Amino acid sequence: MHSNVLDYALTAPATLEAALHLLASEPGQHIPIAGGTELMVALGAGRLTPKSLISIQHLRELRFITVDETHIHIGSGTTFTDIRRNPDIARDLPLLIQSASWTGSIANQNRGTLGGNICNASPAADTPPALLAYNATVTLVSINGPRTLPYTDFHLGYKRTVLRSDELLHTITIPRAFTGYRQYIRKVGTRNAQAISKIALAALAQLDDNTITDIRLGAASLTDRPTRCTATERALIHQPINEATIKAARGALASETHTIDDIRSTARYRATVAGNLLEEFLRSLTV
Amino acid sequence: MTQIQLTINEKSQTLTVPPTKRLLDVLREDLALTGTKEGCGEGECGACAVLLDSGQGPELVNSCLIPALQANNTAITTIEGLAVTQSAEASDDPLIPNTYSLTTALHPIQKCFLEKGGAQCGICTPGMILATHHLLDNYPNPTMAQIQEGLAGNLCRCTGYMRIFESVQQAAKLHTQNS
Amino acid sequence: MAQHMSILGASPIRKEGRAKVLGAAKYIDDLSLPGMWHGVTVRSSIARGRIRSITFDPSIDWSQYTIVRAADIPGENTIVHLTKDHPCLAAEAINHPFEPILLLAHPDKAALLAAVAAIHIDYDELPGVFTIEESEAAVTSGSTEKIIWPGSDAGGTANCFKQYLMYTGDAEETEAGLAAAFAQADFIVEGEYSTGAQEQLYIEPNGVIAECFRDTDGNIESVCVRGSMQCPYYLVHALTLVFNLPQEKCRVIQVETGGAFGGKEDFPSVIGSHAALLAMKSGHPVKIIYDRAEDMAATTKRHPSRIRHRTAVSKDGKLLAGEIEVAIDGGAYATLSPVVLSRATIHAPGPYKWPHLRVRAKAMATNVPPHGAFRGFGAPQSLFGLERHMDKIAHTIGLTPEELRRRNFLATGDKTATGQPLIEHVDMQHLLTRGLAESNYHAKLARFAEENKTSPIKRGVGFATFMHGTGFTGSGERRLDSLVHLDITPQGRPNILVSSTEFGQGTNTILCQVAAETLQLPYEDILIERPDTSIVPNSGPTVASRTAMIVGKLVERASLQILDTLRKSEGLPTPHTREDFITAAHCYHLKHGALRASVRYEPPAPIFWDDEKYRGDAYPGYAWAVYVAEVAVDTRTYMATCTRFDALQEVGRVMHPVLAKGQIEGGVAQGIGYALYEKCVWQNGRMMNNQMTNYIMPTSADLPDIHVHFEEVPSIHGPGGAKGIGELPMDGPAPAILNAIENALGIAFNTIPLLPEDIFERLTSINGGTEDLDSTIDLDTQTEVPA
Repeated sequence: MHSNVLDYALTAPATLEAALHLLASEPGQHIPIAGGTELMVALGAGRLTPKSLISIQHLRELRFITVDETHIHIGSGTTFTDIRRNPDIARDLPLLIQSASWTGSIANQNRGTLGGNICNASPAADTPPALLAYNATVTLVSINGPRTLPYTDFHLGYKRTVLRSDELLHTITIPRAFTGYRQYIRKVGTRNAQAISKIALAALAQLDDNTITDIRLGAASLTDRPTRCTATERALIHQPINEATIKAARGALASETHTIDDIRSTARYRATVAGNLLEEFLRSLTV
Repeated sequence: MTQIQLTINEKSQTLTVPPTKRLLDVLREDLALTGTKEGCGEGECGACAVLLDSGQGPELVNSCLIPALQANNTAITTIEGLAVTQSAEASDDPLIPNTYSLTTALHPIQKCFLEKGGAQCGICTPGMILATHHLLDNYPNPTMAQIQEGLAGNLCRCTGYMRIFESVQQAAKLHTQNS
Repeated sequence: MAQHMSILGASPIRKEGRAKVLGAAKYIDDLSLPGMWHGVTVRSSIARGRIRSITFDPSIDWSQYTIVRAADIPGENTIVHLTKDHPCLAAEAINHPFEPILLLAHPDKAALLAAVAAIHIDYDELPGVFTIEESEAAVTSGSTEKIIWPGSDAGGTANCFKQYLMYTGDAEETEAGLAAAFAQADFIVEGEYSTGAQEQLYIEPNGVIAECFRDTDGNIESVCVRGSMQCPYYLVHALTLVFNLPQEKCRVIQVETGGAFGGKEDFPSVIGSHAALLAMKSGHPVKIIYDRAEDMAATTKRHPSRIRHRTAVSKDGKLLAGEIEVAIDGGAYATLSPVVLSRATIHAPGPYKWPHLRVRAKAMATNVPPHGAFRGFGAPQSLFGLERHMDKIAHTIGLTPEELRRRNFLATGDKTATGQPLIEHVDMQHLLTRGLAESNYHAKLARFAEENKTSPIKRGVGFATFMHGTGFTGSGERRLDSLVHLDITPQGRPNILVSSTEFGQGTNTILCQVAAETLQLPYEDILIERPDTSIVPNSGPTVASRTAMIVGKLVERASLQILDTLRKSEGLPTPHTREDFITAAHCYHLKHGALRASVRYEPPAPIFWDDEKYRGDAYPGYAWAVYVAEVAVDTRTYMATCTRFDALQEVGRVMHPVLAKGQIEGGVAQGIGYALYEKCVWQNGRMMNNQMTNYIMPTSADLPDIHVHFEEVPSIHGPGGAKGIGELPMDGPAPAILNAIENALGIAFNTIPLLPEDIFERLTSINGGTEDLDSTIDLDTQTEVPA
């Protein structure tokens, strides 16, 4: 332990309402903690500067999965294990199941939440590529009420998001619109389990004959934040799958790639592997 | 400081602790349950894994990542709670050499780890056994892939995992025979 | 002999196993002593320089703390290993990052955090040396600025802790033979191979609790240290110097140890001395437990190495002559580097016949925390170089890797490179045949070659053939002069007294098996004493794969001595029953009092070793092995994965099949990590990825099926025919895996760890046709020099 627990305050408001009031009353003084799989590591390493934590882990209001005709709504306090066990998500959103399954270990999946994974805002986070590809929207709440925005607008930069200090992520909503899509996800990490992504790609495509009629790509570690690869999507939409298209798509992906060298990998490796994954996906569409 | 209520190995406990004190330290320091180990303090090695039930059944968790307050009103099973009765011979006195004759009745998973060579240095063993418990709760007849995934959060540097896999498979066999 | 079921070769329950599966086994951090304080180490933030000043921030009430500096050390400021260059606490000079400078203790562990942060140390920084090459360059340039280690009276020279020069015969004759062989050779093959540092990553970090006792006049009377360790008597030795106390006043107790792998061989001397100093000054027992980050950053790792080969080979694949250069990075102080280097030197020739061979070896000083013992102890480094080089020779001269090795294997009656005659049965030809058959090598070779033409996943198979010497090198066992006691209690229960420690490998269990087998008693009757130097004799350190073979043999001899005593004195019948034995022991106690057998090491066969010439019987015995790896390299992610592993070894009689398999599998897993995952990222001598999250060891989802096969040939050296087993499995995986990767990709990689990024750089530079092409592919084919 590189910190003294006596230096930290932690409260567990009984309701979401109470938690939001606490956040609003002293702006910037508190940070919410859900499953703790990220913040407790930071606390232990002495990296956590705000000294007051508000636990939202127990809030039932944030832990739900509901399904209606058109959408699946996932509460931000839903754990990875909850997601993996849900048959509706398994049926409609296989990429989300897959990415939840390779987040940390079983013990961490039992605690870690979808909301935490998003709000921690790591560019290497496991679930965002799938959520970006699935066209998710996020609903944020504060005492002033909710606001909903496309998930693509949520991340502003490295570990920066639009979330205000008085707000909590409440719901992630995903349209049930992808039956009939070809779906692909692959993570390249440091090892097979308990690994942080070096690069990851989630992809959805709808084809008419050999021509792409809809395409969605989400990536991890491609830039300083989870990224929807819009330039690559533009290079692929309405295109037949052939060598020229694959080449153009790789070029487009390279144009929106800003990978970095760090302790886990190199920028060059990440950039090339991202292209390789894209190519693997595109070639799989012709089979 | 905050007061928390816990059920530890089926025994109710009320404790006054700093709210961000790690559950791991609460177990080891406040409750003297030292079977739960610290290997990394960052949720990577699983040596501190325990079973925690917050009302929806026991779940495997890393106790180094749980602030005490989040364990309030939960039921926790540690390695000490797995065997049928607690051994009276496990000596706390460091000057008394190990007798190697603990008479406690073993849980079937413990028995399999003992017989199949699943424990070498023993430091990952409590967490590994609890991870196995959680795995077999979810998959009574696990495939090799399920075993590998279920234990991937518990690092073992001694065994190369092969003896552990055999221990788990043997435990699954016993489990199925008994149910 | 009584016809009872043999317990040697059976797999009884591990002696301390119940306590472990119950979570009742007490490791050091599970223990506490009355009035105990907690200690912490204040470390250097620079790699090299001099301490200018130390300031204590007045915001802290320092009177509540015990502070130990170098000046407080009552004896010598040294952690003794082979030389005394390693200070216990830095007094002025700093030679590596995280070097201990001060020690603090306080009753409240949490209060130490703020105190460490409130100590400001200013330095005059000096330029550091961080690699073997930089250290060599400092010597050759003649500039004194980067001479970071002055030399020693134990054979060290500037920046070089130790050098060895080993010849297959008389030096002059061998040099002449080398010159002639290289002049006449059909091929000369050269290669350079390098290996990285590797963290032991025992799951329990280093930790100790120390006490210091004073007499009525307040003089230090004795110290006692409990801790996680392999070698209690090493720590005793260190304490005698730090405290200037006789050996019997320095008591060390090993408690349950959560993995070690060499990492708790020499290092406990450091942390144990530190805690004892804090106990001395505070007047309280003091516990120091490192957290993971500190343990990884500040304690020992496997020595990085660079191995160079130059080999003369005939057209028909005979090794004619070889020149091998071994260089290891020892870190900032000599510690165990000379003996690690010794094992690297002696294992460099491998299991082959060399008509003329010269091995030049050196351990260089760098400004990184001292590297130390890790399973294999130099052998994995030199065998990696050799076994990669053997494949290179095979490819160069157009033989298969199998055929090349078959034409050069040592066999029974041959002499090793040090001139040791192989008296015991050795059959590498058979081992290779069996190893390749068990792994289905030939069929895979053909199948993968076909499949690789179209698949983006390239698969390959490769193998390594090697040996590992068990026991201390050369005259080491004679010098150790190990002693074992075997007591028989009045109730007729044997109690084994040894300083050999259990840290997962099975020491307790196998020594009890040996006693049970020899005494013809039930395994459950045998007791083994907790290693406490006030009770147990020095049976030597628990290292060097020596416990089963050397200490086991002593237990066997002690058991025979007990039987002899009871037969002569009490008429114990032959064969005897358990009841006969108990009755005889009881009678003996009534008549004569305590019954103890004490035996010292005697070599089972004459052993000759010349330390000057580095010639003779290097090890009492050798374990022999053939390891076969199967790999898959995904050309989209450049990830190489080991997909199956076959480990065949001849380790004498297998004492405990379950433990033995566990040892091999665990070693292979560490070897796979060494080859493909475990990279220490360094920056100016500091390990930057000192976290389990960023130092990547294999999880249960990363390892292939590991198939373990034993060939049992009883040896004269160990009890019941056993030999050593612990380190062997660390030697073979890395070269076997890189040989397999070359088979899969057609590209030779000669550096480990080999990460996807490394494969990527080579694959893309070749496909891209850059200049890298010349330095890779062509090197492998143009090294041949036609005669």
